[in-house]
Amino acid sequence: MKLHLATAAAALTLAASAVSAQDVIRMGTEGAYPPYNFINDAGEVDGFEIELGNELCARAELECEWVTNEWDSIIPNLVSSNYDTIMAGMSITDERDEVIDFTQDYYPPTESAYVAASEDADWETGVVAAQATTIQAAHVAEGDAALLEFATPEETVAAVRNGEADAVFADYDFLKPVVESSGGELVFVGEPVPLGGGIGMGLRESDAELKDTFDEAITAMKEDGTLNEMLVKWFGDEIGQY
Amino acid sequence: MMPACTDPDALEGLAWLACYLTTGKHMAFYTSFGTVLLLLAITAPAALAFGFGGAVMARSRIAPVSWIGRTYIAIVRGVPDIAFFLFFVIALDQAFEWLRHQAKCPDWDQPIRQGNDFVVCAEAKLPLSTAPQWVHETYGFALAVLTFAIVFGAFAANVLYGAMRAVPRAQIETAEAYGMTERQTFRRILVPQMWVYALPGLSNLWMVLIKATPLLFLLGVRDIVYWARELGGTKTPQFTDYPHGDWRMWYFLALLVFYLAFTKVSEVVLARIMARLTKGQATAGGEAQRKAAA
Amino acid sequence: MSCWETIADYGLRSLGIGERLLPRSDFTLCQQVVLIGSGMIWNIYFGVLALVTGFALATAVAVGKAQSNPLIRKPSEWFIFLFRGSPLFIQFFFAYFAFLSLKSAYPFFDPFTSAWLGATIVLFLNTAAYSGEIFYGALLSVPKGDTEAADAYGFSGWRKFRRITWPTMLRLAWPAYTNEAIFLFHATALVFVSGFPARQQKGDALYYASYFADKTFNPFVPYPILAGYFILLTLVVISIFGVVNRRLNRHLPQERRTRPRFRAATLMR
Repeated sequence: MKLHLATAAAALTLAASAVSAQDVIRMGTEGAYPPYNFINDAGEVDGFEIELGNELCARAELECEWVTNEWDSIIPNLVSSNYDTIMAGMSITDERDEVIDFTQDYYPPTESAYVAASEDADWETGVVAAQATTIQAAHVAEGDAALLEFATPEETVAAVRNGEADAVFADYDFLKPVVESSGGELVFVGEPVPLGGGIGMGLRESDAELKDTFDEAITAMKEDGTLNEMLVKWFGDEIGQY
Repeated sequence: MMPACTDPDALEGLAWLACYLTTGKHMAFYTSFGTVLLLLAITAPAALAFGFGGAVMARSRIAPVSWIGRTYIAIVRGVPDIAFFLFFVIALDQAFEWLRHQAKCPDWDQPIRQGNDFVVCAEAKLPLSTAPQWVHETYGFALAVLTFAIVFGAFAANVLYGAMRAVPRAQIETAEAYGMTERQTFRRILVPQMWVYALPGLSNLWMVLIKATPLLFLLGVRDIVYWARELGGTKTPQFTDYPHGDWRMWYFLALLVFYLAFTKVSEVVLARIMARLTKGQATAGGEAQRKAAA
Repeated sequence: MSCWETIADYGLRSLGIGERLLPRSDFTLCQQVVLIGSGMIWNIYFGVLALVTGFALATAVAVGKAQSNPLIRKPSEWFIFLFRGSPLFIQFFFAYFAFLSLKSAYPFFDPFTSAWLGATIVLFLNTAAYSGEIFYGALLSVPKGDTEAADAYGFSGWRKFRRITWPTMLRLAWPAYTNEAIFLFHATALVFVSGFPARQQKGDALYYASYFADKTFNPFVPYPILAGYFILLTLVVISIFGVVNRRLNRHLPQERRTRPRFRAATLMR
């Protein structure tokens, strides 16, 4: 019954649509990639990107609202205008840049790393798990290792724990808390690999104005050091800074 | 959250579990069971309506109408529902916005497709970007219901089409002999009698529909599978007060129990409806009931 | 690159034959059609294998459920209930989980966590349960006259089942069983979505379709291609089952042959 009322109210809102209030900017995120973005105990989106996004919106005097979307369809839903920005730990790549626009990076070029159950695990030619359709999966596919693709990051780590894969290849910052809390069960192996051109906010190509607004805000935050503070807060002291 | 839960690290055993199971996130998980039930409650009649329309069209004597009905049934039945869900919702959303755009912004001079972007005027957006979050969620839910209804409508159409053909010819002929028009025959004889033939098929369809709901998360609705995966995944202490390992198995076990129980209840209820519908019908089942009563 | 070269490079990519790397830029329609088609090999493999093996188990379960001995009836009932009552999605999850634990205890189970075997087993059990229920329904509707006639001719035991009951059961169940086969082929698309990982980018049609959807950021090309392939597959299944149906019914007089058609609808899963 509640929903019926809701729908009726929605119809009313639509009818009175011409009253143009300040547009709300809808911010798309995945909500499954800590510390960038995740769902906290209260069931709300939380993380580095949420805090940063809210600050950017405050500086640009925009009203923002967070929306979660499956990773697989996060770009199609942006270009079809179901939300206006993507902040989901999305690396700036040429392929993506052809379809959407990115602001300058708000997170320095990332490194990806291998994690395995022991130091001598074969991450070069063994079985390596990665999340399907990520730049990490593409990287492994090109190498000598046998790629094992899972739908979620959770499953890729689980695959190493249960021995299905020799190693998992993912963002260093995603793996770090996993390794730290594993109590020595999981360790980093090999050298980190620089992949991707930093993380930026994705926007529609037709939204140049909004892009400039956010670019300005990011520049301001880089200059006054607030972005660095936020990076250290979420990623620790080792994080590259601006 | 209960006041006793302010410091979960100090808690142990049952107290910890009680706090853990009452976090805001878990509440969202419990609510999503309601979402699934609500979806089923709305989708079932909607799919039946689509099915009825499809069956009537497929039966039509006007060739193009019959052709449309048959194509709808054949195509939608031929495609796995998951493939359908992956692009259809976005297509549906764009179609609605395009229609609204044509109606509301006739003097819009920019193209709707700008490169990869699909951009309509602000007034045509669905829902409006000024609308609060719950409107967006309701809209997303409505799209999911519509998609489910279209997919399962095709299966229902197939069932109803078969059921309409199964009504004994003699019943129709008798009605015609009484001087009923075609429309009267359809409404007074065919439709009331077809249900008993359609019910076994429809109840199977209901069972399939129940089991298709885990695909909801593909449609952007945060359903029970979404929350089970989210809650069950390994939680590191940095991001939660309740760190734990990979508990997906327990959450999926809860889902399994839910689905099994729901299926069982449905079976019992449907068996009762069938018994009632069969009463007085000229079928083997009806005959058996008469014999049992005598 | 011409489309023929693409077919040579990627036609069997889903089996690991041909180009090692998937196309990474300048995606052509031809590449999408070829690779998604290549993935269909897996859908057909899963479907055919599960259908053939599931048929045998389904017959056994149907006969089991129709028994009066509770030691045989109860397990059959539970088996059907468990697999018909839960989403395939969840069955895949638990199967993968179970095979993993078995694997750590017994090396025999090593191949079971691969989709080619593990997912086939789940689909086999799933279709056996659904078809078992259909066959059970048909078994109960075998006309009394048929079995009485068999008795009169001195048929009994296995011979009676093999020559009289079973063919009639099949004839009655066939339209619904056709539907089940269609559903089974559709269900094969779920294999790599839930539970089973894809190895070295060897996946089914949906895997490649979502690969292209992800790379081109345009779901409106690969998924309709996938849909087209499945519509074709469905038509093939319907025509093959139609041929069998005509064979099963060939002894019946012409006007009675159309009778079971309505059961297609009523017994649909």
